[in-house]
Amino acid sequence: MSTIPTTAAVGADNLADAGGRRDLRRTLRRLTSSPQMVVGVIVLAIFVIAAIVGPIAIPNPDALVGPSLAPPSLQFPLGTTQSGQSVLSQVIVSAQGTLIVGFAAGLIATVIGLIVGVGGAFIGGIADDVLNLITNVVLVIPALPLVIVISANLAAKGYTTSIIVIAVTSWAGGARVLRGLTLSMRSRDYVAAARVSGERTWRIVVVEVLPNLLAFILSSFIFSVVFAILTQAGLAFIGLDSPSDQTWGNMLYFAQNSEALSSGAWWWFVPPGLAIALVGTALTLINLGLDSIINPKLRAAVRTRRPRKDAS
Amino acid sequence: MGALTLNFFLPRLVPGDPVSILIARMSQNGAPPPGERAALTKLLGLGHGNLFVQYGQYLDQLAHGNLGISVTNFPEPVTQVIASGLPWTLTLVGVSTVLSFVIGTGLGALAGWRSNRFLTALAPATTFLTAVPYFWLALLFLYLFGVIWQVAPLNGGYDSSLIPAFDGPFILSAISHSIIPALTIVLAQLGGWMLSMRNMTLLTRSEDYVIAASAKGLTPRRILMGYAGRNAVLPSVTGFAISLGFVVSGSLIMEIVFSYPGIGYLLLQAVQNSDYAQMQGIFLVITLAVLGANFLVDILYGFVDPRTRQSA
Repeated sequence: MSTIPTTAAVGADNLADAGGRRDLRRTLRRLTSSPQMVVGVIVLAIFVIAAIVGPIAIPNPDALVGPSLAPPSLQFPLGTTQSGQSVLSQVIVSAQGTLIVGFAAGLIATVIGLIVGVGGAFIGGIADDVLNLITNVVLVIPALPLVIVISANLAAKGYTTSIIVIAVTSWAGGARVLRGLTLSMRSRDYVAAARVSGERTWRIVVVEVLPNLLAFILSSFIFSVVFAILTQAGLAFIGLDSPSDQTWGNMLYFAQNSEALSSGAWWWFVPPGLAIALVGTALTLINLGLDSIINPKLRAAVRTRRPRKDAS
Repeated sequence: MGALTLNFFLPRLVPGDPVSILIARMSQNGAPPPGERAALTKLLGLGHGNLFVQYGQYLDQLAHGNLGISVTNFPEPVTQVIASGLPWTLTLVGVSTVLSFVIGTGLGALAGWRSNRFLTALAPATTFLTAVPYFWLALLFLYLFGVIWQVAPLNGGYDSSLIPAFDGPFILSAISHSIIPALTIVLAQLGGWMLSMRNMTLLTRSEDYVIAASAKGLTPRRILMGYAGRNAVLPSVTGFAISLGFVVSGSLIMEIVFSYPGIGYLLLQAVQNSDYAQMQGIFLVITLAVLGANFLVDILYGFVDPRTRQSA
């Protein structure tokens, strides 16, 4: 953990530099200079388009259109389920539910983490101690009991429940990282200067600290989304999600419960998992690309790779 | 303490009555005798007084190492149930975690150190692996090794025709049942270790002491092992200690896929039967494991990185 502030310092200075120039075209060129970023954005875009267009183009993915457990064919590119539904239609439509849960839960978790982490670090004193204690307690509690309690107490099972449950159980990691970064940033000269010149605490946070944390907040958000998508899939898979929801996790749940495995219907359980993995990979690639853009040390190391190899 | 309190209240907020469940189960084998309900309530420590009195009794029992009686595996005490599941989880997940840490960190250090074409090609693959849902990988392996090639058993922790004992056939059977689950865990965790180690190695490569070491003419191998690697591995050591805390709870869903007789499987059982005592006991073990690991990290870090001792 002690390395994060180092990285943070470098990244933040670099980012502040870029913001100072306000040269959009240059930033854009920088973004496209990372192949990871480009690939990640393209893959994610495909799934986002599927999530938006899919439910309109395929109004009823549960329609019984073919024979039971038909292997992939021209008519059904990904085969059919046990009750004769098209797997391809289900995968496309489920993109919406999975992505909505993932992004909404990720967003809420990041906002909570931001308030608790940055807020606590800046207020200091007892408030910080209390918030830090809560963070550590939430970090330690296994997610499953919270999931059960909340889904049992909320009347409506479904997207909203999943989003709240996942957000409430997953914000602590981000809060911890952001708190550490803020603590290190608090002792920087420019923050001290702002304080000496009489700026108010909230203004220091919003104007001096938050812009420098932006890249890390974004990275924490992307990480939360990946985590939320994986958690949602896991919850749905063990049957803790509403079975009427269209998500990839639920597809896996139905496939598992209909013995898709032992009847050899790989086309039923492989595509939804693959879709989850591809979205996760795309997001991770975007995060890596972001990292190599905001962290010039990583870039420099990559650039010097070749000459050093020739020398040895 | 906070964890203990939460541990007590969380399962009690869930609707459902364990005594009724037990009575219902006993009714399947003929009507239970009158007065059985009151006796069971007393036995499970659910009866007398309000929540606060129950809480006091809970803490008292806890201090005496008594975790109550399992409803699922009635009338076994919870401590016994957990003791029967814990070794399976600890061995399987523990060994796999260590393996994936060693392999992943080693590969990551090499990937960051020189531009090996094979390892560079491996990087996107590991990104993909980190985004794959654990249990989906488990399903995939189960399908490939268990259904298609039929080289591995489909479920359980050992051959059910054998009696658990420390003899040759039983241990062999246990090992053959754990290879595919272990492979799943190792592969699923590998990417994360590799990625973080690669990035840290890249960062340390441009440190002054590494440049000085290569200027002195030390062999690249010596620089990696003695200078760069030792510093780059620090964050991974923290991560490793934390992941040891999650050994108990980390592979919950995967255990369910393989019907592996560990903690995850017991927890699912407890949740399905509203078995408060068993749930509480398992949460307690999971929580203690995570707390212990966090404590270990704090001690370990001051030990391996003297710089944190100064700043703290």
